[in-house]
Amino acid sequence: MIIDHPLLGPRDSAEFTYLGDARLLDRPDPQSETAAAEFHDYGYIRDNPAGWHEELWFHEAGDRSWLVVTRNTLTHEIREVRLARDVARERRAKG
Amino acid sequence: MRYSGFRVIKEALTGHKGWTAAWREPDPQPAYDIVIVGGGGHGLATAYYLASKYNQHRVAVIEKGWIGGGNVGRNTTIIRSNYLLDGNEPFYEFSLKLWEGLEQDFNYNAMVSQRGILNLIHSDAQRDAFIRRGNAMILNGADAELLSTAQIKERYPFLNTENARFPIKGGLAQHRGGTVRHDAVAWGYARGADSRGVDIIQNCEVTGFRIENGKCLGVETTKGFIGAGKVGCAVAGSSSRLMSHAGMRLPMESHVLQAFVSEGLKPVLPGVITFGAGHFYVSQSDKGGLVFGGDIDGYNTYAQRGNLPVVEDVCEGGMAIFPMLGRARLLRMWGGIMDMSMDGSPIIDRTHIDGLYFNGGWCYGGFKATPASGYAFAHLLATDTPHDTATAYRFDRFERGLMIDEKGMGNQPNLH
Ligand SMILES: Cc1cc2nc3c(=O)[nH]c(=O)nc-3n(C[C@H](O)[C@H](O)[C@H](O)COP(=O)(O)OP(=O)(O)OC[C@H]3O[C@@H](n4cnc5c(N)ncnc54)[C@H](O)[C@@H]3O)c2cc1C
Repeated sequence: MIIDHPLLGPRDSAEFTYLGDARLLDRPDPQSETAAAEFHDYGYIRDNPAGWHEELWFHEAGDRSWLVVTRNTLTHEIREVRLARDVARERRAKG
Repeated sequence: MRYSGFRVIKEALTGHKGWTAAWREPDPQPAYDIVIVGGGGHGLATAYYLASKYNQHRVAVIEKGWIGGGNVGRNTTIIRSNYLLDGNEPFYEFSLKLWEGLEQDFNYNAMVSQRGILNLIHSDAQRDAFIRRGNAMILNGADAELLSTAQIKERYPFLNTENARFPIKGGLAQHRGGTVRHDAVAWGYARGADSRGVDIIQNCEVTGFRIENGKCLGVETTKGFIGAGKVGCAVAGSSSRLMSHAGMRLPMESHVLQAFVSEGLKPVLPGVITFGAGHFYVSQSDKGGLVFGGDIDGYNTYAQRGNLPVVEDVCEGGMAIFPMLGRARLLRMWGGIMDMSMDGSPIIDRTHIDGLYFNGGWCYGGFKATPASGYAFAHLLATDTPHDTATAYRFDRFERGLMIDEKGMGNQPNLH
């Protein structure tokens, strides 16, 4: 697979390590009443869809940036690659 | 029809006209007591033990493709019971004992071969860890033996014990481990279940569950609705997809594992060997091909094919211990979708929906588990209590902090 890095251009996926679903950016609020249940879901439960999946990849053998890659788990086609920083800021701004 | 040596001779003398199909191809009935979704090793074994041990005969196995087309026919066929943790070791040892009697039990030649498995040791820390594991195995009634480099050299003279980047410092052997002809396991269980009245329905995909007032009443399929007193799901890599029809999200990711087979060679490798400094395992099939594999690719996927970086990594692992492998040509490679759980261990449990049961999370080690998994799942379906060897395989273990994490990797499925 080739990941089209927003800053560096097309890179071999072997340069990256994979973390998982990009929902991991949305850490639950530890102060909430239901924090225990929310952290259980956050830590252990996944959608694991067959089809489009937003996921976190770390450019370990490159510029060490975190990326959010939108990839099809049925075909390995990659539709969009963004810096995780930008995605996280955008999500935070939306609340 | 019973298979035996006598039968083979009789058929040989009468022109092989007496052989019949090993199982029927029935149309689905409107309803069954128990419906098993997934005709892989685990689903078929479950049906077999339901019929043979728990006296349940109104049972169907629903398979979307053909039986044996999933991971049960794609794996590298290694069986062993060399686990460390209490939640696992009794279960896997139970499984190995069932393998030992399986062919007589279901009257089918599954080519169970206890040729032994050897895990190589490359560092002092690894030796300590393997000694501990070996002791845990012995405590649970399994066999384990620590071998020195000299003993290994005697048995496997071709291993690169000198001049290696990761020198071989010994090994942990389980002599009762070995290999089994994988698809014969599916066929043997299918035939055994069918002859006890189980309907095996192929080319029939389960597309949903009929759930009313918190109770599962049956499954929607491409051949129509099939009613069921209880539904047991055992679809391995498709677990999240299937259970999403019941509104469930699982502690699991689906990943691809690749396997490789070389051209046929004369007998060179007597047992199963695993490389401890990287991840590489190899055995030789009876046809002569070297069958080997390594790590999963490491990203979520439902495509039954992997990528080249892992091919390179696996072959490097092989070359590191086994330089003569470099002269062999690769014949075939393929992939299968693994149900990688959050702690690397499986789940055999009821769901929160009445009448709906789940078996999955086998990661890349579920072939060896096939007999015990089927037995334990049949026990759960028939009695509504977990089997003695499977009490730890519950959905709520993550919530309760009772993870069964052999490698201590945490909630990162691609590291298990
Ligand atoms: C390359 C590779 C190497 C492996 N090596 C080993 C090894 O050496 N040792 C070991 O112990 N384990 C190994 N494994 C793991 C082992 O093969 C699996 O854990 C085990 O086979 C999974 O259980 P199963 O046989 O029931 O799965 P499967 O055979 O995959 O059965 C699941 C079945 O469910 C069916 N299904 C899915 N969705 C539906 C639906 N909606 N409706 C109806 N049917 C459906 C599928 O078609 C499939 O036939 C390996 C796996 C792979 C891929």
